[in-house]
Amino acid sequence: MARFGMVIDTKKCVGCMDCVVACKTENNVPEGLNRDWIVQDVKGTYPTLNMQIRTERCNHCDNPPCVYCCPCGASHIHELGGVVLVYHDKCSGCKACMAACPYDARFIHPDGYANKCTFCIHRVENGMDPACVSVCPTHCMYFGDLDDPNSELNKLLNSRKHRALITEAGTKPQIFYLD
Amino acid sequence: MNEITITRNNHLIDPTLSIWGWEISVYLFLGGLVAGMMILSGYFLYRERHKQFITSCTVVPLIGIVLLSVGMFALFLDLEHKLYTWRMYTTFQPTSPMSWGAWILLLVYPAMFAMLLIKVPGFIPKKFTLLFKWSEYINNNKRVLQSIGIANMVVGSGLGIYTGVLLSSYGARPLWNSSILGILFLVSGLSTASALVHMIAKDKEESRLLARADNLFILFELLILGLFIINLLSSTQAHINAVKIILTGPYAAGFWVFVVGLGLVVPLLIQSLAVSHRIKHTAVAPILVIVGGLLLRFVIVNAGLLSHWTKVIGLE
Repeated sequence: MARFGMVIDTKKCVGCMDCVVACKTENNVPEGLNRDWIVQDVKGTYPTLNMQIRTERCNHCDNPPCVYCCPCGASHIHELGGVVLVYHDKCSGCKACMAACPYDARFIHPDGYANKCTFCIHRVENGMDPACVSVCPTHCMYFGDLDDPNSELNKLLNSRKHRALITEAGTKPQIFYLD
Repeated sequence: MNEITITRNNHLIDPTLSIWGWEISVYLFLGGLVAGMMILSGYFLYRERHKQFITSCTVVPLIGIVLLSVGMFALFLDLEHKLYTWRMYTTFQPTSPMSWGAWILLLVYPAMFAMLLIKVPGFIPKKFTLLFKWSEYINNNKRVLQSIGIANMVVGSGLGIYTGVLLSSYGARPLWNSSILGILFLVSGLSTASALVHMIAKDKEESRLLARADNLFILFELLILGLFIINLLSSTQAHINAVKIILTGPYAAGFWVFVVGLGLVVPLLIQSLAVSHRIKHTAVAPILVIVGGLLLRFVIVNAGLLSHWTKVIGLE
């Protein structure tokens, strides 16, 4: 069984938003809404400053509260790679999943159902990387199988310092940021 | 200093979570109120006081059906994918409090309808003979009467507790992260229901008994509110920040003045004086209790949406 995840090298990310545009184009994300976004995190006081730029999206958690709270069974864990997805025709638009997500990664599509990053499962099933990963000009994003000890992801995670976001919420996020 | 710039500006998410408006607060309030009404009337029926406490056992179920329907309509208005509402009833998701709630709501109607049959409402035409036959059967069987009472207490408790568990199950919103919320909303429901029946009951003993009961419920609610605050204040920094939203932050005025002050303490004082025959019973105290119950839901829902693990806008 595969467990899909991402590793994002914050030392390489320049915040160019190519990933954001690629996602919107690939997935026809409606105007004004985003499945992925850029965060600039500045710490310190001038002149001793530290800035981290990172691209964020649904963390496809291993312990996904958005799936557990769904009253319709619309939010679910896909059999391939543990990706968290939504059946549009089962969703009642109750927004429970949006309340449950500590990353605020979901939104309501103009057609009424909950929507979010799918890890471009339609591309991954055909052996391609997600759109955001494939267009990144600095190659700061890595997509693959976290269960495979020889995957590029695990090599990076074993050799570099890294962290995941809001791990204190206990959802076991599957996107890791190299510091 | 930590300055975060984010390119996301999603509707209902940014700058602060605003997924649930007045609809959910109103629904949670009406759900709690109806739950309280079911428990009260169920108890009186179980104790076979229904012939004396006519308002509780015959009028209240009718009001309950109407109020719950209004609440469910508000809930429906909140749904974004309205044509797919029926999807909730094609599955049961044991990990989802909302799924439990959807099915509990289906049990509430038959329970209240059975209570209504104790005395078929006057506006029902006589040609519906089956209803009158059922009514006669129920009234002639003590066991059936008491079972209806128990069913109303059980389902009512489920409804009242679920409205709180619904919020407390969202780990991402620290303010709601306390299982005390289930009991808080149940007791608030009992208190607002007692206030309503106290206000409308024609029988003096029934009215006074419910005023005394309401005083107890208000005292208990104050205690639980205190425990809720202690619970969060003694937890992680995120929970402390969350409870500060209602203690000293943007919802402090709403919480202290309207929920605690005018919604609990003032009516408790007025009703204590009325119960000890120092002043007359008026509608002031019960109305304050009912409005306070509604505002409790508004404050908890809105402040909870503002609370977050890493950022709380408006707190500094």
